[in-house]
Amino acid sequence: MKIHEYQAKSILRRFGVAVPEGHAAKTPDEAVAAAEKLGGKIWVVKSQIHAGGRGKGRIVGEVDEAAIALAAQGKPLAGPGGVRLARSLDEVREAATAMLGNTLVTKQTGIEGKTVGTIYVEGGVDIASELYLAVLLDRGTGKVLLMGSAEGGTEIEEVAEKSPEAIKKVWVDVSTGMGAWQARELAFQLGMKGKTVNKAVGFMQALYKAYMEMDASMLEINPLVITGAGDIIALDAKMTFDDNALYRHKDVLGMRDLAEEDATEVEAAEYGLNFIKLDGNIGCLVNGAGLAMSTMDIIQFKGGSPANFLDVGGGATQEAVAKAFRLITADPNVKGILVNIFGGIMKCDVIALGVIAAVKEVGLEVPLVVRLAGTNVELGKELLANSGLNLIPANTLDEAADAIVAAVAKA
Amino acid sequence: MAILVNSDTKLIVQGITGNSGAFHARQCLEYGTNLVGGVVPGKGGQTFEDTDIPIFNTVKEAVEATGANTSMIMVPPPFAADGIMEAVDAGLDLAVAITEGIPVNDMVKVAKYMEGKKTRLIGPNCPGVITPGQAKVGILPGHIHMPGTIGVLSRSGTLTYEAVGQLSDVGLGQSTCVGIGGDPIIGTKFLDVLELFAKDDQTEAIIMIGEIGGDAEEQAAAWIKAGNLKKPVVAFIAGATAPPGRRMGHAGAIISGGQGTAESKFKALEDAGVHVVRSPADMGRKMKEVLGR
Repeated sequence: MKIHEYQAKSILRRFGVAVPEGHAAKTPDEAVAAAEKLGGKIWVVKSQIHAGGRGKGRIVGEVDEAAIALAAQGKPLAGPGGVRLARSLDEVREAATAMLGNTLVTKQTGIEGKTVGTIYVEGGVDIASELYLAVLLDRGTGKVLLMGSAEGGTEIEEVAEKSPEAIKKVWVDVSTGMGAWQARELAFQLGMKGKTVNKAVGFMQALYKAYMEMDASMLEINPLVITGAGDIIALDAKMTFDDNALYRHKDVLGMRDLAEEDATEVEAAEYGLNFIKLDGNIGCLVNGAGLAMSTMDIIQFKGGSPANFLDVGGGATQEAVAKAFRLITADPNVKGILVNIFGGIMKCDVIALGVIAAVKEVGLEVPLVVRLAGTNVELGKELLANSGLNLIPANTLDEAADAIVAAVAKA
Repeated sequence: MAILVNSDTKLIVQGITGNSGAFHARQCLEYGTNLVGGVVPGKGGQTFEDTDIPIFNTVKEAVEATGANTSMIMVPPPFAADGIMEAVDAGLDLAVAITEGIPVNDMVKVAKYMEGKKTRLIGPNCPGVITPGQAKVGILPGHIHMPGTIGVLSRSGTLTYEAVGQLSDVGLGQSTCVGIGGDPIIGTKFLDVLELFAKDDQTEAIIMIGEIGGDAEEQAAAWIKAGNLKKPVVAFIAGATAPPGRRMGHAGAIISGGQGTAESKFKALEDAGVHVVRSPADMGRKMKEVLGR
């Protein structure tokens, strides 16, 4: 699960990670009030969306279509983006008005962009240098890793590609936690000096603690700023959480922003369905994640294009299968459906009954190929054959993929 | 000979009285696995359903009383990491964790705890292990398997069944099938199982089924390329069509920062001389062709 920058910073502040003072706002008036409360003469107004590249993003309506297309590629023309500096309260209002309720397009949102529902107003920070710091899992070793680079503000993928030697890492022993010596090592490797090194130790240890205690799956500070006074502060913060651990973090669940998520995927999840929308025209209904991915792959391999990933899980009920059908057929792009079930513990006859009930309930206006294999397959096939439904049965994965791709090509 | 589980396996099931724990313990038993006990804290002294298989409060007690060497962990996610560590502490040879949804940080602790211990962990979030005709420890459907000489290893459940189905369809039986699990941190990786298959007399060839995310397939490819495996391998990677940055069902199936793509894995395996199939429908056929039968 993702949260917004302002929410991540509120969590980090709790753990003693240095972040700038700031306030979230949902209206221009609130934004101005936030700036007044912060005081000072310079503020930063930041769009809150679940995607990066905001500074280089552009707002739809403010610039022409060509400029938006460039912003979606991360190559914007000159002009204001999704993060703006304001030197007066009027400028704060102006920036807030431009952002709130409008669509921000960045390299990470794609051309469709995301609506800005909240902005975050922070005081200005005296930036001497910008670095990168992240906490994440190293799958290879099963350990948590702190990763830093002296090239802040740049996407880490870019650094990894151009100058992998610039990325410094330390692996943390979970039984002892992040050692001060490890933090120092990383700080020195990143070129820090003097009192900044000691500040970095506290900062990194707090960051690690926040990651572990909050069950984050990624905690990224980009940029991490060293101020003119030699202090260290998190100018931006991106935090994602391990969905499997959310049950022990009710406060984090409360930060969920459903407006940022795909409505269909949220609806699917309520039925225990794992659904991810894609751009193609062949809907898939499969049991098991690996087989569901493979079903998409074989559709593409045969020259078709999958419309979705959909794993109905191990113990799908008739209602869940019907829901899955509704979700697939609700997509106007879908020109055909492939049901691929390898019954293990799940029985093919149960699936067949679910499919029959679903089709009778939802209706069927596109070709439907059903491939059943495994437990009770004969019973399942018989039920389908006697159902009177106009579907195309298939015995193997190969047959099924050929049949649906051909049927969709013909339609 | 096969690997990991066989007719000498003495199995206990942790969480044997839960819905799926009881169901799958029963399935293992019916397959012919030597199920010697169950563990459920607070239910020690009871027996499993209508059998006389004893239930114990702790894994240690179960091991002492039954001589169990293997555990199947069917404990709910919030308590599963604890269950794994209990199995490790009791000195079992093999712990197979079926549970899906264990918090990653819990597994970070498990991985640390297991350092230097003798127990091998399979999973979590896996379908388990089966040596056809001998023993099943997991939730795989026993009836689709047949004894033979092909080793199968995979990160997925139903896709493993698909591979097994294809093998059985072309008349190729399996030595052992291992589902290693779809989570970011798993106890036994591709490379570990390949090492076991390499040494196993019964295993003549191997089907390896990977998926996007992580670099375990690339590591296995490097090991094969270094000349460590004399047996032919047929491989498929799921997720060539998966969009980056999205978790495809399995917690570990995600392309992040351009890492872990299907293409990178396909290339590494091809480069190592593995017989890669780009269509998941070709796994059985390819194996038959490779073996010249």
